Amino acid sequence: MNNKWLVPIVAPAVALVFAFAVAALALLLVDVNPLDAYQSMWEFGTTTESLISTVTRALPLYVSALAVAVGFKMGLFNIGVEGQYLIAAPIAAWVGGVVDLPAPLHIGLVLVTAITVGAIWGWIPGELKVRRGVHEVISTIMLNFIAIGLGAYLLINFLQEESDSLTVATPLIGDSGRLPSLNPVLEFFGIEPRAGFELGSFLFIAIILGVIFHLLVTRSRFGFDLRASGVNAPAARASGVDPNKMIVRTMVISGAIAGLVGMERVLGFFHQYTSDFPRLLGFNGIAVALLGRNHPVGMAFGALLFGFMDRSALILDLEGVPREIVTIIQGIVVLAVVIAYEVIARILQRRAVKAAAAATGELAEAT
Amino acid sequence: MLRRTKTIIALFAVLALIAAACGDDDADTTTTAAPSGIGEGRLIGMAYDVGGRGDLSFNDLAALAWDDGKVTYGYTGSELAPTAGGENREENLRLLVDGGHELIIANGFAFNQNVGRVAQENPEVFFSITDDCALADDFSLLDLENVACVKFAEEQGSFLVGVAAGRTTTSNVIGFIGGVETGLIQKFEAGFVAGVAAANPDAEVLIRYLTQVPDFSGFVSPELGKEAAVAEFEQGADVIYHAAGLSGLGLFEATKEQNDAGNAVWAIGVDADQYNVLAAQAPGLEQYVLTSMLKRVDVGQGTVIKDFLEGNFKKGDNIFDLSVDGVGFSESGGNLSSSLVTEMNSFKQQIISGDIVVPTTP
Repeated sequence: MNNKWLVPIVAPAVALVFAFAVAALALLLVDVNPLDAYQSMWEFGTTTESLISTVTRALPLYVSALAVAVGFKMGLFNIGVEGQYLIAAPIAAWVGGVVDLPAPLHIGLVLVTAITVGAIWGWIPGELKVRRGVHEVISTIMLNFIAIGLGAYLLINFLQEESDSLTVATPLIGDSGRLPSLNPVLEFFGIEPRAGFELGSFLFIAIILGVIFHLLVTRSRFGFDLRASGVNAPAARASGVDPNKMIVRTMVISGAIAGLVGMERVLGFFHQYTSDFPRLLGFNGIAVALLGRNHPVGMAFGALLFGFMDRSALILDLEGVPREIVTIIQGIVVLAVVIAYEVIARILQRRAVKAAAAATGELAEAT
Repeated sequence: MLRRTKTIIALFAVLALIAAACGDDDADTTTTAAPSGIGEGRLIGMAYDVGGRGDLSFNDLAALAWDDGKVTYGYTGSELAPTAGGENREENLRLLVDGGHELIIANGFAFNQNVGRVAQENPEVFFSITDDCALADDFSLLDLENVACVKFAEEQGSFLVGVAAGRTTTSNVIGFIGGVETGLIQKFEAGFVAGVAAANPDAEVLIRYLTQVPDFSGFVSPELGKEAAVAEFEQGADVIYHAAGLSGLGLFEATKEQNDAGNAVWAIGVDADQYNVLAAQAPGLEQYVLTSMLKRVDVGQGTVIKDFLEGNFKKGDNIFDLSVDGVGFSESGGNLSSSLVTEMNSFKQQIISGDIVVPTTP
């Protein structure tokens, strides 16, 4: 078997089985038949509507994971994706709500605003690390709190539209600023989901982001420097990579991608930033990045897995099974997958050492 | 899990108590005689807001109406609560629609956009939303034939407990703790401040909100509630009113600690009769509850359920104010003197007659 594929496929599979097994024990403890629970999750989760919902849930998680992975590639922990998207989304949504432009420009302007705000919010911890030696984990966590507070302040005092409604929201984005639904495409293929379930065209933006991520990391000078700094910072430095510049640039790029996390909901669903805008996407993105080992395809699977579990968990409430069981599964999967990667990597390393020893032994005999 | 089961059992006990206490209340529409069995074989769904069943206030009152109705009318149905962030409210509504429910109660103003979309797509299903249904996307929910809006005059009830606070304080400093600074909670604040001013113009009201939109954790964070209460007590407050859902538990704990330390201070509860709730849930805390501002979600939603089953579904605003006892105050525990109750009732009459118009914004 090709070792190159062993780790990325076997490790998550083992972790997944382990997680479901542990969760089954938890279900048994509360007198629920785990097989029944898993079966109803599967049946509900694989309906057309649920699959659309799975993809929709996966999109922001995927973008969030990409943002985290850029930092991971050079050993930077951007815990601040949460704050970066929660500050970018209200501002971008407001911009979209107050301007009126032709469709591509309108959507483009909202996206550029989100990218810019996210990049600025990512730049701050980068600059702090370079100039003042503040660890990015500390500064990004603190900036999350500031972003949430500042976002609320801006929303209530400047960005919200006056209305009789008790919900607080930015002005609605006009038709030209809304991402079209892909349901007509689905209908062309004979798939007709019920009303209320729309596959958004943000899907394309996410795919493009994944491709750009791949090219940037593996095919560009920046990506080479990035990976070099991540693998061996002193060596990278010795070969002429300015570590300070790399840190700031990486944080800016990570923040820019993070700014887009909320755009699927803003442009494709709410068409405004509302008080019940989804949160925790930034933190869950970290889990997805770990699950997908910072690989653009791996993270796509990770995001889809999380999306599927979130969606299929909904049926559990109706059946009287505690939905929290899915949170347990998600947590264990991430933990187990990290351990599984490590274990398999060690086994492979040991094998490689043995093979090398055998080879040198043969070589010695031959001479 | 065991704890949760216990909580639920305890809760039923409390609800039974409340129901029993309300039994002789002539305004209690949920128990008025109706042809029993009118709901046999029909499905009514319940979508709670964040906190779900067991929040000891808002959601539990809706649950009370729904549970009572099941017994009285014989309908069945499912109940769903959203995740802590509330982002799956709309999915819950759709699940209930898919489950074949004819009437779905959406218990909270945060549902308005979601109800707007789902109600338009499913004109044959009826919805009843608690608190607000001004706008959904580009249109008003009031225009939909299949949506009822259950609203309460929270400012009126808050005015009355404000009178109680104004008459009870000796330090002339009174506290208010709001869960999340939204227009809805500002109604509580505005009414309370007006009530204090009417009874005691010299008293000052300290205003604190636990979190800001979009952070709704202020309704479910007793530790934040306690922090705010301690701060207000330190500023000299001796009566504090909360409109903060589950976070109010922190206020009750802080109140007990102050009293244990020898400072006579009071807490005012909200939504449910929190004296009764605490007596069953956290005995030892209830004796410091001066009164509670009752927001009878059970009366409101119970009325809509009854109307619906009798074929009299009323679209648009269904307003529950002092005149129909949709809001009010509790006397459980006997901590309000009879002269104070008389005064509060006289204010109540003045509000009902329109002599006093209570402000709805601070």
